[in-house]
Amino acid sequence: MFGLDKKDASLLLIVAVLVAFAPFFLNPFPEGSAMAQFNAGYPDLMQRFVIFGIFAIGFNILFGLTGYLSFGHAAFLGVGSYAAVWMFKLLSMNVIPAIILAVIVAGIFALIIGYVSLRRSGIYFSILTLAFAQMSFALAYSVLTPITGGETGLQLALNDPRILSAATTGGNIPVPALFGFEMRSSTQWAVGDWLFTFNVGYYFAAIIMLCSFYLSIRIFRSPFGMMLRAIKSNQQRLNYTGLNSRPYTLAAFVISGMYAGLAGGLMASMDPLAGAERMFWTASGEVVLMTILGGVGTLIGPVLGAGLIKYMENIISKINSDILHTWFAFLPDGLEDVVVTLIYPFIGKGWHLTLGIVFMLVVIFLPGGLVEGGQRVSRLFGRKKKAHDPKNATTEPAE
Amino acid sequence: MDAIILQILNGLDKGSAYALIALGLTLIFGTLGVVNFAHGALFMIGAFCAVTLSRLLSLSHEVAVPGSVDFLGNPQMRDVPYIYEIFGESLGAGIIDWAVPLSILFAIPVMIAIGVIMERGLIKHFYKRPHADQILVTFGLAIVLQEIIKYYYGANPIPTPAPSAFIGSFDFGALIGFEAGQIIYPYWRLVYFAFAAVIIGAVFAFLQFTTFGMVVRAGMADRETVGLLGINIDKRFTIMFGLAAAVAGLAGVMYTPINSPNYHMGMDFLVLSFVVVVVGGMGSLPGAVLAGFLLGILESFASMREVIAIIPGINQVIIYLVAIIILLTRPRGLMGRKGVMED
Repeated sequence: MFGLDKKDASLLLIVAVLVAFAPFFLNPFPEGSAMAQFNAGYPDLMQRFVIFGIFAIGFNILFGLTGYLSFGHAAFLGVGSYAAVWMFKLLSMNVIPAIILAVIVAGIFALIIGYVSLRRSGIYFSILTLAFAQMSFALAYSVLTPITGGETGLQLALNDPRILSAATTGGNIPVPALFGFEMRSSTQWAVGDWLFTFNVGYYFAAIIMLCSFYLSIRIFRSPFGMMLRAIKSNQQRLNYTGLNSRPYTLAAFVISGMYAGLAGGLMASMDPLAGAERMFWTASGEVVLMTILGGVGTLIGPVLGAGLIKYMENIISKINSDILHTWFAFLPDGLEDVVVTLIYPFIGKGWHLTLGIVFMLVVIFLPGGLVEGGQRVSRLFGRKKKAHDPKNATTEPAE
Repeated sequence: MDAIILQILNGLDKGSAYALIALGLTLIFGTLGVVNFAHGALFMIGAFCAVTLSRLLSLSHEVAVPGSVDFLGNPQMRDVPYIYEIFGESLGAGIIDWAVPLSILFAIPVMIAIGVIMERGLIKHFYKRPHADQILVTFGLAIVLQEIIKYYYGANPIPTPAPSAFIGSFDFGALIGFEAGQIIYPYWRLVYFAFAAVIIGAVFAFLQFTTFGMVVRAGMADRETVGLLGINIDKRFTIMFGLAAAVAGLAGVMYTPINSPNYHMGMDFLVLSFVVVVVGGMGSLPGAVLAGFLLGILESFASMREVIAIIPGINQVIIYLVAIIILLTRPRGLMGRKGVMED
């Protein structure tokens, strides 16, 4: 299917099904129940799942395949957001031109930064990309204020030109839309106690995410992807065979920058504003965390990592001590307080602490991320199964 | 001329902080070959050592003021720090006033302990892993440390004043024969610079003139041979890690009066310190110190009004710009040696 082998096609299909029915199974708890706070099926969060999924998929093309650890990828996301918002301001509120421009601008930006940074590798490359990203952040905050809006960020205004759309006379600032479908509009469907929300923006972003996931599978399986893997495993040997590796790494860098730009453009399409803080280096660190947590160099890993981190960010940071007390109410009073005090630093505002610990544990014990964890578990059960599997037994040489 | 001197002076304190952190980073990198992204967090913890000590010293309890009652007839209460009762009022007040310099004594053992625990508990297991893994795990550790500090001390900066003897500024220009009132410089920044110079000198002297330092330098040059000579080089490198942590911590302690410490100050300094290390040359101690002061001074020159008028925004990006230019034209950095982290 689509030029994929059976395994990849089924992976793509699984992801497609998961994404399509996400509004259902991200809302497993009935509305108003005690567990309802664990529901993740609201548009804002679901949009972020897929957008950061795109970001992480793109980052993985660079880091996972070539091994170049970029610490400045958020710069491309920020540039993409700015480009998209400018498109909304100048051209029209249609998201298509905005996203196209975001990808192009981020690509050009990545070409420039990549051309310089890729002259060095290893930690120098990390620091160069970090320096470029911090530079963009500092400039966006200060000198480039006419373009970036400085500290307040870039926002839409009523009197923006928008040459392609009909002049807005008074009223509200228009919202980004895809040929009349407003990104923020959603339909709700109540089934018994459950309430499912279907958001236009989410499905739009999800379709784009599936396309970019498909593209990343093709890149992974292509001769180009093979070349990138060769760079990761031994760049020197590659050079000795007479191949210049730089065009390949640069291409990977630009592709992954364009993915980031796409994510930035989508982010601006969901909520038409862009701020410099999206380019800060902690934002670059976040995408590194997502990719590592999910599994570097695997297809599905970055998507899983992005989903997990965004879920944790939204859900864990919402838990407070009252909720903890209701959970542990079954314990004796003294013990309840002890347990709550022990857990309290890790929830609410402390979710970064949880994130840091989980991340460290993953790097230490599970360098392949969640995907490796899954493989280990399945191997654990798989081995047992194999012993009973008659098909395997037949391959054994007869005595 | 006086404007130039003023900018150099202004650059010195930031430059000192960069130089101290970069020195520690280079020590760790040169000895253990580990890229420590948690080094900024050590700087931050050092600063919070000062906060902790000044809080500990001013722990107080309520005491009735003799001979005065409020309108309800209850005796009026006032807070009296415990330390007044131990050392008497005037000496106690003096100790509280000097909390920040006293924190140096408090911070050295704490930071060495943290450094040794960090190395033995975590970094040890990462020597054979790729540099990317080292960066990632120390990055994770930095997040954890900073969140722990945030949990206990809150997210707001905590003002920690210098001793009252050093508060205020003085006329540095008049001191070196310029017109009075041209070069005004805060006392504490000069103290900070002098302190940094002493620490840097001490580290270099330690490495240069003691047997321990000689072994460590030999280990930096060729770890395997030193090991074959029957010297437990791992143990010494662990101590060097503790020492590097202490250097970063002391830089943090003394920096508190200049900038009120908050939980993310380490991260802010870390990015710049890495740039400093790279500019100075990976693994070169003098390079790190030189680049630290150089970049600090460059930054302060770039923030002069005249310069900003010509190139707007240059003060924000000068350090990164210099780093990019240096890395592209002189990839080994200013004083980097051949063969150290060439790729």
